[in-house]
Amino acid sequence: MHAAHAIVSGMGGLRTAGDLVARLQLNRAMKIDAAKKYVADKLRVSVADLADPVAMREVREDMDIGTLNECPGVSKGIDAKFRIAEILDLEINCVNLFKQRVNFGSQKES
Amino acid sequence: MGKIQTRMGDGRRVELTEAKVRSDLEEGTNDAADRAKVSPLTPDEIEYLFEIHQCTDKAVSVEQGKEVCLTYDSSTTKLKRAHISLSKIQSLQVLERALGADSLELAHIDYSFKPVKPIVVFEQPILEQALLITIPPLLYGAMPNLGLYSQPNGPCPNPMDLLPQGKISEAKASFEAAVELAIKDMVYVGSQMYETGADGINFDTTAAAGDPEFLAALRAVEILRKKYPEMGIEMGMASEFILGLHGDLTYDGVRLAGLYPHDQVKLAQKAGVTIFGPAINIISNRSLPFNLARSITYTKACTEAADIPIHAAVGMGVCGIPLAITPPVDALSRASKAHVEICRLDGL
Repeated sequence: MHAAHAIVSGMGGLRTAGDLVARLQLNRAMKIDAAKKYVADKLRVSVADLADPVAMREVREDMDIGTLNECPGVSKGIDAKFRIAEILDLEINCVNLFKQRVNFGSQKES
Repeated sequence: MGKIQTRMGDGRRVELTEAKVRSDLEEGTNDAADRAKVSPLTPDEIEYLFEIHQCTDKAVSVEQGKEVCLTYDSSTTKLKRAHISLSKIQSLQVLERALGADSLELAHIDYSFKPVKPIVVFEQPILEQALLITIPPLLYGAMPNLGLYSQPNGPCPNPMDLLPQGKISEAKASFEAAVELAIKDMVYVGSQMYETGADGINFDTTAAAGDPEFLAALRAVEILRKKYPEMGIEMGMASEFILGLHGDLTYDGVRLAGLYPHDQVKLAQKAGVTIFGPAINIISNRSLPFNLARSITYTKACTEAADIPIHAAVGMGVCGIPLAITPPVDALSRASKAHVEICRLDGL
């Protein structure tokens, strides 16, 4: 059922920008059109590009925010989320906790 | 007059005349409109639904550009139930990397807040590790499941034993005691998982035990929202109608018993929910055209009343998906497309 919904109606998750739009819905309660526009503006792409896996593959590679078939040396998992938080100007809970755990802020200052 | 291949609510294939499909669509929307006191679907919307059913393609899909975000209930459990030998983290990776999931949800196989409470320390490291290697937003999900707080499974006298004995006030008192216990468990588990790094908490199948359970979930959400202003909170419902098992419970001055989705969502967003999921039950001995029109009528009214994203619970046995353990793609794709496009959904 998951696969069928993803093909029929889903944005495509990591294949496209579905994960990014979902963050705006979940954490900022933004409706779908507003969330898509917000993400498109931040990524500097058109709204139509957001669900296009070819266009978004290039964007995700260029911005280094995680792709499906990861190459060595590119952002993966939590490091991709660090970049997503920065690019989308969004607080991501696990990113903030990671920074706290490694005392990221104070090390940078010293 | 042509015949249309469709299904009954239990999934059984059936061939109906075009006139029967049209009359079932009309009957379905009028049934929902009468019950919820909302507008029925317009003639154009009925025609659109008819064309979706008339289409002989096995699967249909939304128009390009109308794609929406997907959230899940108990997604790791689904793979476990299929006896696929994967860990929870591997299951999340399959959803993320193979199934195009827009969001992820970690869950315990016993998908209720109460049984999660004693094992939360074992769930937290899994969540921590999953958060390190996945990218989409990751929720932790469970059901409020107020039934677990009644004897013999819980400490409260069972209202379903008390009510037949005419012990109405005792039954109500038992529900009220269960509400307080459930709130504690939901707030505890929700806090633990959020402080571990989850992007949000999903209260799934809410109000399965009627108005006391809906009250417990709303009050838990309210506490969590106050405690964690940035927390994502999804609330998926159990059915279209809040059963009045207690009958006198209110939230924000509104009586909970008898609420339909367009009123449920107003209380959910007031409490602090960021994504709401209406669930419309299938009537298994009626056709899918009837069920789909009925579900869309309720859901459309809910979307129109909402200021927050609506992710309809288009799962097995709800929102136009047949009550069958292996939902057929022809029925699923029609329900998915029709809900997204007519209701202007934000997600599923």
